[in-house]
Amino acid sequence: MKRTPLLFLNVIIIATCGLIYELLAGTLSSYVLGDSVTQFSLIIGIYLFAMGVGSWASRYIDRNIAEKFVDIELAVAVIGGFSAPLLFLTFANLSYFGIVLYSMVFIIGTLVGLEIPLLMRILKDELDFKDLVSKVLALDYIGALAASLLFPIFLVPKLGLNRTSLLFGMLNAAVGIWGTWLLEPLIKRNINILRVKGFVILALLFIAFIKADSLTTLAEDNLFTDNIIYAKSSPYQRIVVTKGKTGHALFLNGNLQFNSFDEYRYHEALVHPAFAAFGENPKRILVLGGGDGLALREILKYKSVENVTLVDLDPGMTELSKALPALAELNRNAYDDPRVSVTNADAFFWLDNNTLEPFDIAIVDFPDPNNFALGKLYTTRFYKLLKSKLKPDSAIVIQCTSPLIARKSYWSIIKTLEAVGFIVKPYQTTVPSFGVWGYALAKLQPFETPSKPPANIDLKFLNDNSFASMFDFPSDTTLPLEEIEINRLDNQALVRYYEMEWRRFE
Amino acid sequence: MYLTRREILAAFLGTPFALAACSDNTSREFPDGEIVGTNVNLGHILRENRNFEVPAGNWQTVKVAIIGAGIAGLSAGWKFAREGFNDFVLLELEKEIGGTSQSSVGNPVGYPWGAHYLPVPFPENAELVSLLDEMSLTEGRRASGEILIREEFLCRDPEERVFYKGRWYDGLYLHVGESDEDKRQIDQFQKGIDRWVSWRGNDGKRAFAVPVANCSTDAQATALDKISFAEWLRQLDFTSERLLWYCDYACRDDYGLKLDQTSAWAGLFYFCSRVRKSGDESQAFITFPEGNGRFVNHFLEKVREKVRRDHAVVSIIPNEKGVDVVCLNENELRGFHCEKVIFASPIFTAPYVIRGFNENPAFAAGEFQHNAWFVANLFLKDRPKPRFAKDFPLSWDNVLYESPSLGYVNATHQKGIDYGATVWTYYYPMCAEEKGRTKLFNYEWRELADVCLTDLARAHPDIYELTTRIDIMRWGHAMISPRPDFIWSGVREKAMRPYRNIHFAHTDLSGIPLFEEAFYHGLRAAGEIMR
Repeated sequence: MKRTPLLFLNVIIIATCGLIYELLAGTLSSYVLGDSVTQFSLIIGIYLFAMGVGSWASRYIDRNIAEKFVDIELAVAVIGGFSAPLLFLTFANLSYFGIVLYSMVFIIGTLVGLEIPLLMRILKDELDFKDLVSKVLALDYIGALAASLLFPIFLVPKLGLNRTSLLFGMLNAAVGIWGTWLLEPLIKRNINILRVKGFVILALLFIAFIKADSLTTLAEDNLFTDNIIYAKSSPYQRIVVTKGKTGHALFLNGNLQFNSFDEYRYHEALVHPAFAAFGENPKRILVLGGGDGLALREILKYKSVENVTLVDLDPGMTELSKALPALAELNRNAYDDPRVSVTNADAFFWLDNNTLEPFDIAIVDFPDPNNFALGKLYTTRFYKLLKSKLKPDSAIVIQCTSPLIARKSYWSIIKTLEAVGFIVKPYQTTVPSFGVWGYALAKLQPFETPSKPPANIDLKFLNDNSFASMFDFPSDTTLPLEEIEINRLDNQALVRYYEMEWRRFE
Repeated sequence: MYLTRREILAAFLGTPFALAACSDNTSREFPDGEIVGTNVNLGHILRENRNFEVPAGNWQTVKVAIIGAGIAGLSAGWKFAREGFNDFVLLELEKEIGGTSQSSVGNPVGYPWGAHYLPVPFPENAELVSLLDEMSLTEGRRASGEILIREEFLCRDPEERVFYKGRWYDGLYLHVGESDEDKRQIDQFQKGIDRWVSWRGNDGKRAFAVPVANCSTDAQATALDKISFAEWLRQLDFTSERLLWYCDYACRDDYGLKLDQTSAWAGLFYFCSRVRKSGDESQAFITFPEGNGRFVNHFLEKVREKVRRDHAVVSIIPNEKGVDVVCLNENELRGFHCEKVIFASPIFTAPYVIRGFNENPAFAAGEFQHNAWFVANLFLKDRPKPRFAKDFPLSWDNVLYESPSLGYVNATHQKGIDYGATVWTYYYPMCAEEKGRTKLFNYEWRELADVCLTDLARAHPDIYELTTRIDIMRWGHAMISPRPDFIWSGVREKAMRPYRNIHFAHTDLSGIPLFEEAFYHGLRAAGEIMR
């Protein structure tokens, strides 16, 4: 067998693989850490330096060069091949990401730096020096070109980062395994052990390549403590449902929305005070937000309710709550109830552009005001729009974040409601998953604070003894002494309070 | 003239950027669109020097003809209608009325082609306040008399953001990376503004007020008009790059001029005239998705029957009985025998159409110089994804620090529509270019659209995929240029006097291109005629 041309083919493959790992690391780090100029510059610098270290270190390998070469190939196959998946797993924990990233780049660089000098020494007996240098280096650079062309045009768009990484790991492993045959005369011992190692590595990489799809979920798994049973990005948000020892939990953009273990506390406290304040026979109910259907479950407990209009931005969310068995079970198939009608729209725009018969009760259950798009749903303008859809005796309730953690935010919402003419009864309760949680019960005319939940409703949390205590505020959650701003569209004071108050806990 | 893409981008966006942009792959999909607006080449008609012989049957008699249905002309018409005077016509050269305040209807919202906001006026600007009342934009008064604008019409927060070195930041003035010296200088600058806000002249008036007619004529203030804003900043040792950028942006945004082309008086006017008293914030902005098109449409409702679109006034002939006005409408000449004319068109055009003006000029019309702009409306099927979690979110006004453009305004912002399709209005003043106007009209739609997308792509690499259409309007004579030694040179006063039954009314006469100024002059001229 003529060995030399085949070894030259190895040079091309090695060079391609080497550059691919470098590009992968650069891309991933700019995904995760941002600032692609700095990231690419650092990665290239460290990688080239490490190659230099490898080349220099090659002088210390004196014996069994062929065997060492195969070993190095297999090491590159493992570390390089698994580099992208490993980095994906690490970015759940950002504080280590940099360390893992740069160490990995350094190790791969060093190993790749060893490859070419060793290969040249293997080939030196078959060619004269002039020929050797010119051919090996030329092929090395051709490999680099191939990698840099393949990477953006084919590999990233078609295979993705994980599969690219694993594929080139397999190529490296193949070069190693093939090397045991090509270099058989030069390998003095352990040739079978080398081959077994090679095939095991190749098999592992292959399995990972087939299973690559689940790797992204695996990475996300580490962001959440429980198993992910559903994860999808809608045009509006990232929806993740997890299942753990305590039950199911829903996350929107990484923020916990409920945990089935104690969500009934939150939803009973959200819905029933408004029904108690409204009085007899509420018929038309409006729910804004609340796509999980859990507020619906509570509302549908009332026989007098004739129709419930639910307006939630994200069809991805309302459909999931209907279709995912874990959620449908939790909301007791609320979406299948003929009394419920769903509209997917931004509630702000929807209220502004629809003339509707007024509602008896409105339940406002939006995510916390952590951005301007959500902040507008807590403004005087929004509450004025809502007001125009109510009767003089209607009751409304609004979830208002935590008065303990975000005290100013909470009272800013109360003040905002008062500014448009609502009589507000603030109340709070404890939901272990969230902490101390605040709500606002309001009507357009003076009303008695309800003292107990409506009769004959099946409740797990609220009872006659504890109901009234929700309207008492411990001293650390009462209205602060300083001036609290009203949240308006043109100042979005709430988003700024909220950012300031919650940032302390990040 | 044929230029390569690189040369065009270099001309508009700067050489270093053009070199970088040209290495991008240019084969990506390019949206549709066209050049819209201005199709009547009046200049061409006038240069042909035709004999404008109106057929006998095409003459009408009307007491007053208002020439130009921009804000000044519409305001005059609005005033007439309000006072119960109905014997007038409003002649507009274009098919669309509104001048630089025109807008288009769209889905989900309309969008502007030029002016797009109005700062809340002070209560003493009673006529403007009464317009806002009439439009139901107000909801009462504060105890202090300040007018309260309904929340949905006040610019929604977040108002502005600025893109700098790859990231978006809150506000227009760039705070990130500020040195102590930068902080000292902006602070110092603010103090200077505050001093001018509380300054009163020997006539007891503010140095900078809206309308300009209420400004003090005290030489201490008007002397500022002799030097450029750049020179004024230099004299006070302001060197902070970001402060100078901020002032330069202000000049380009309001006047379409660079810092060294703008009169210091005009520059300070921008910063001082909308501040009630020293230390206060600038007056809030009233805005609509379709910008000042809202005002145009309101005026139009009041004067609809009086408006004659596509009527290019080619000749205005003052005579003993009054004034004859000759227009070209669909290739036919029509004439109006009038007693009075309100000339609510750019003032520099007066000598071309008023017979006898050149022989005996009442003022130097050539002093009223305009600058060129182009405005692009981009129809987006969705919003670009933020590149960094910490990027400040999409705002009403979105400015690119390193760009000669003014950035873009998001039309859906004011309606609270934060997801899905939207329209962005991109503004580009041709102030860095020599012979900007000629250049502007030498370029095709594709080239200008390329400039716009290439510029925006630095902040939004996905802009090509998201933009379904770009329409572009070229404004050859967008607005008056308050260059040094114009506003207080005396020429405005002369032009404000009637010329043989022709009353001039245009924002040009203030030297400052603002809705409030156009409105003021429209009402002033209408008032003079009714008196």
